[in-house]
Amino acid sequence: MMNDAVAAVLLFIGASFLLLAGVGLLRMPDVFSRMQAATKASTLGVACIMVAVAVHFNDLGITMRALAASVFFLLTAPVTAHLVGRASYFLGVPLWEGTVLDELRGHYDLRTHRLESSFAATVPSPISGLGAPLDVHGAAPHDRPRHEDERGG
Amino acid sequence: MSGAQFLAVVKPVVFVMIGAALLLVFVRLARGPSLSDRVIALDLIAVLSVGFIAMVAFEADQPVFLDAAIVLALVAFLGTVAFARYLERRAHDE
Repeated sequence: MMNDAVAAVLLFIGASFLLLAGVGLLRMPDVFSRMQAATKASTLGVACIMVAVAVHFNDLGITMRALAASVFFLLTAPVTAHLVGRASYFLGVPLWEGTVLDELRGHYDLRTHRLESSFAATVPSPISGLGAPLDVHGAAPHDRPRHEDERGG
Repeated sequence: MSGAQFLAVVKPVVFVMIGAALLLVFVRLARGPSLSDRVIALDLIAVLSVGFIAMVAFEADQPVFLDAAIVLALVAFLGTVAFARYLERRAHDE
């Protein structure tokens, strides 16, 4: 049967993405990279498995249910990732030591938790220990004047 | 090899892959240096469980299990949002 072959391929793709999500969550270096590995790969993996189920049962009601579950994941995964990422940033979870750019640095009011673009110079980053490498790479232009020769031309 | 035979080979492989992913995520849940890591791991465990339940529905030829998967997805979303709010309030208090 053609349906079985298609369902098998979709199942395998979906399970591969789920396994990749697990590996990414275990192996990535900091919270934010782990989160992007886990969120995106797992969404696609579950969606693939749901489509495989829909192909297998070949029934309108079940197809709608499987699609509803997939769409629900596509809608909610970014929301949860954003909320957890925002909370982690406020908690000051350390970034990977190879990080060169923290674009949110200085843009959050740590008291009211509001995002602004104006008070970059007055509010320090909640992430400790990032000051030196950021300055060396010229990634925090608000803190001091930028010299062109440091950027290699 | 026909489609049905291919499917019969793939199904146990898929169960093993999801199980392995659950195991890896559980390691991160137990080890995770920060609380955020654990919240993310719990969220991913719920998502993997939804995939697993969908696979059970597939294997048992019982589409009613899909309803359980949808309900688990809803509850997991609410749980993760609650955890995130708790984390942010904790950051606010410090």
